[in-house]
Amino acid sequence: MTRYISSIINHCILLIGLLIMIVPVWIIFASSTHSSLFINTNGLQFFLGDNFIENYSRVLFKKSGFFNEITALKMFFNSFVMATGIATLSVITSLMAAYGLVYFKIKYATIIFWLIFITLLVPLELRIMPSYIVMSKLNLVNTFAGLILPISASAIATFFFRQFYKSIPDELLEAAKLDGTSSWKFFIDFLVPLSKTMIAAVFIFMFVFGYNQYLWPLIMTTSEQYWTVVMGLKTMYGSISDRFAFVIMSMIPPVVIIVFLQKLFIQGIFQNK
Amino acid sequence: MKKVQFKSYYSQYFFLAPQLLILLIFLYWPIIQTFKDAFTMQDAFGFGSQFAGFDNFLFVFSDPSYFTAFKFTIIYSFVITLITGSIGLLLAVQANKVLHGKNVYKTLLIWPYAIAPAVVGVMANYFFSERYGLLHHLFNNMWGFNWYEDVFDAYIYVIIAGSWKQISANFIFFLAGLQAIQKTVIEASIIDCKSNIRRFWTITFPLLMPTTFFLIIINITYAFFDTFGIIDTTTIGAPGSETKTLVYKAYIDGFKGLDLGSAGAQSIMMMIIVLFITIFQFRYIEGKIHYN
Repeated sequence: MTRYISSIINHCILLIGLLIMIVPVWIIFASSTHSSLFINTNGLQFFLGDNFIENYSRVLFKKSGFFNEITALKMFFNSFVMATGIATLSVITSLMAAYGLVYFKIKYATIIFWLIFITLLVPLELRIMPSYIVMSKLNLVNTFAGLILPISASAIATFFFRQFYKSIPDELLEAAKLDGTSSWKFFIDFLVPLSKTMIAAVFIFMFVFGYNQYLWPLIMTTSEQYWTVVMGLKTMYGSISDRFAFVIMSMIPPVVIIVFLQKLFIQGIFQNK
Repeated sequence: MKKVQFKSYYSQYFFLAPQLLILLIFLYWPIIQTFKDAFTMQDAFGFGSQFAGFDNFLFVFSDPSYFTAFKFTIIYSFVITLITGSIGLLLAVQANKVLHGKNVYKTLLIWPYAIAPAVVGVMANYFFSERYGLLHHLFNNMWGFNWYEDVFDAYIYVIIAGSWKQISANFIFFLAGLQAIQKTVIEASIIDCKSNIRRFWTITFPLLMPTTFFLIIINITYAFFDTFGIIDTTTIGAPGSETKTLVYKAYIDGFKGLDLGSAGAQSIMMMIIVLFITIFQFRYIEGKIHYN
């Protein structure tokens, strides 16, 4: 009997938690399906209206922004290019760097190790102004390279891959060396396939991280053609229901990725612990 | 490091080069520039600059608004860590106990983790707006809520906005921590101790210590850096500058105020704070916590 009651309490606490997480987003979603006029007179809504298709298609295809030069669709495209670029570049460079650190005898190993990992202490937010100046010196303002490169300059992924490589038994390399495998072949034929889960997890992590960037695109894009979704949210003008619809659309890509790939993501992250 | 390694004269540099190159250009160059800025004084139009020693640092220290930002950042990190940590732990413990619907609960509690802080801020903006805001009306009926004039109300605004999605992160890690505790330990403890609550605090919680400390660091870093998007889309520091975090203040002074020297000095102060947190993490936490 007490067991039965405690299980009910369990479920109640979890349901309250769920409501806290879901209700705010639901209210914004429900409100985004009403006309602006209706919202302005009646406030936020809890039940669905019938302007769903109208509002969402208007936001996606109508030009807006400060100078009315960009559609939400273009912003999504920009965000995807940026996030994919950041994730791809981070995975490739980190996978290689971690390999170099773990599997080679290096002369100045400690120095190189610190040169890479001390960067974890300096997030982009701390070097935002000088980074902007460097980017403008390199003529990279208003380019995808400018959006991607400084955010890929991070050692987080290297840290994950390094931990993972260290957990791989030494016998693997011993056997490969007996066969006379070259370092390049060992990397491509053994380590990369072994790291598949890890690569997927890091890719997901960096993709969401890149997609969710706010401050850097805000500073790096003076031309509306390079606006991304998350930064465009604040600056986008439009009626209230348009803005609601845009907020909802902006969270769909990362949320879908995390929900559907959560197993892979969590598996990869906790393989280290 | 591995006991068996490749010995080569150049291959290792081929593997290290891409990352090192990106770090050197896009990280070290700006960092060096930050140090240069911090120790030079520039006139407002950028025509001339001269070595200024620690003048920029003295200027930052003599600025009362720096201490306001410092105080707010500390309070903000502390409150967010406390709120998100305890709610995350409570939900994780419940989710670990239920027999039915575990995965549904898990999925539905994890997803806000993916939402950008700036998006959360824009959403919070609607709930706290005078015109549409449900929470604004609720609090207003309770005590006369007015975040753009009252500091306490502004705190409530940014704390709610800042905590919401971070609950998910805490939930994910606590749940993983709970699942890593061995079944035999729990079974043995059930024989020794009948009370659920006492068993949790004497057996389970100490075993969760590594996760707890890891999350404290994660939450502090979140409150320091990731909340930028939240502050910039909610209060923008209002009422005066009471809800500016240190990072937000450095950005405003540097980018909007064009005071590179002060912004540089503030960035270096932040680096030192982060360095201390990291040393603390390695020394204290890694040393004192017993992993099972």
